[in-house]
Amino acid sequence: MTTLRDETLEVRASADVVRLRQVVRSWAAELGFSLVDQTKLVTGASELGRNTVEHGHGGQVRLEMLNDDNRRGLRMTFEDQGPGIPDVHLALTDGYSTGAGLGLGLSGTRRLMSEFRIHSEVGKGTQVQVVRWR
Amino acid sequence: MERIPILKMGDVLLVTIQVDMHDQLALALQDDLTAKISHTGARGVLIDISAVEVVDSFIGRMIANIAAMARILDAQTVLVGMQPAVAITLVELGLTLPGVRTALNVERGMALLRAEVESASRSLLGKADDDTQG
Repeated sequence: MTTLRDETLEVRASADVVRLRQVVRSWAAELGFSLVDQTKLVTGASELGRNTVEHGHGGQVRLEMLNDDNRRGLRMTFEDQGPGIPDVHLALTDGYSTGAGLGLGLSGTRRLMSEFRIHSEVGKGTQVQVVRWR
Repeated sequence: MERIPILKMGDVLLVTIQVDMHDQLALALQDDLTAKISHTGARGVLIDISAVEVVDSFIGRMIANIAAMARILDAQTVLVGMQPAVAITLVELGLTLPGVRTALNVERGMALLRAEVESASRSLLGKADDDTQG
């Protein structure tokens, strides 16, 4: 698997989440994703970006265009140095929320992606990595 | 701060969202709309999202909140123009917008609102007549 291109964006405020949505939209279109898949990628980026801002107190996202044999994909890795998630399993449950949201951010995004990985350490931060393949 | 404009057409408030909303802008719209319903005594709210390319859980919650608040203020809300890719993504995300009426476009949404508002006033009038007789 090779990375064709990568870019790292700061995600500290809700305006950064809007910018992230725009960048993900243009990358997804360039990769030839269908309109529905573009929308899923942008929506997932929006959910995870908001988590980084709201729960992680800001962080970064690394976007990568991937090439794996005959398929292409978009990988997004969100990283924050926030308080971390004490119970990742619980955080992945539909409807569970510690914030003001609906508790669909993590669990819903997982359904929108081909791959979903989460690693969190209390007091150190959280990393969420998602991939959607074409 | 920028604001989403709210137009008044008779007793219906029309909101056309044409920008990629950041979270504060969505919250401001929620506040502005409730204030305007109360101020104008509007009976209906029509929200046109045909130009919106992404509805994530935050925006979805804002729409559901507007509908709930409007209902308490005696106004009906109809959401119109959702793009198919947005609808598919929303359902997969797990957001089904319970309690929010929808229509395919502004024309149908307006017809639906007019019918609802009329039938609501008719039943109110009918009840008033009963009261005077009894």
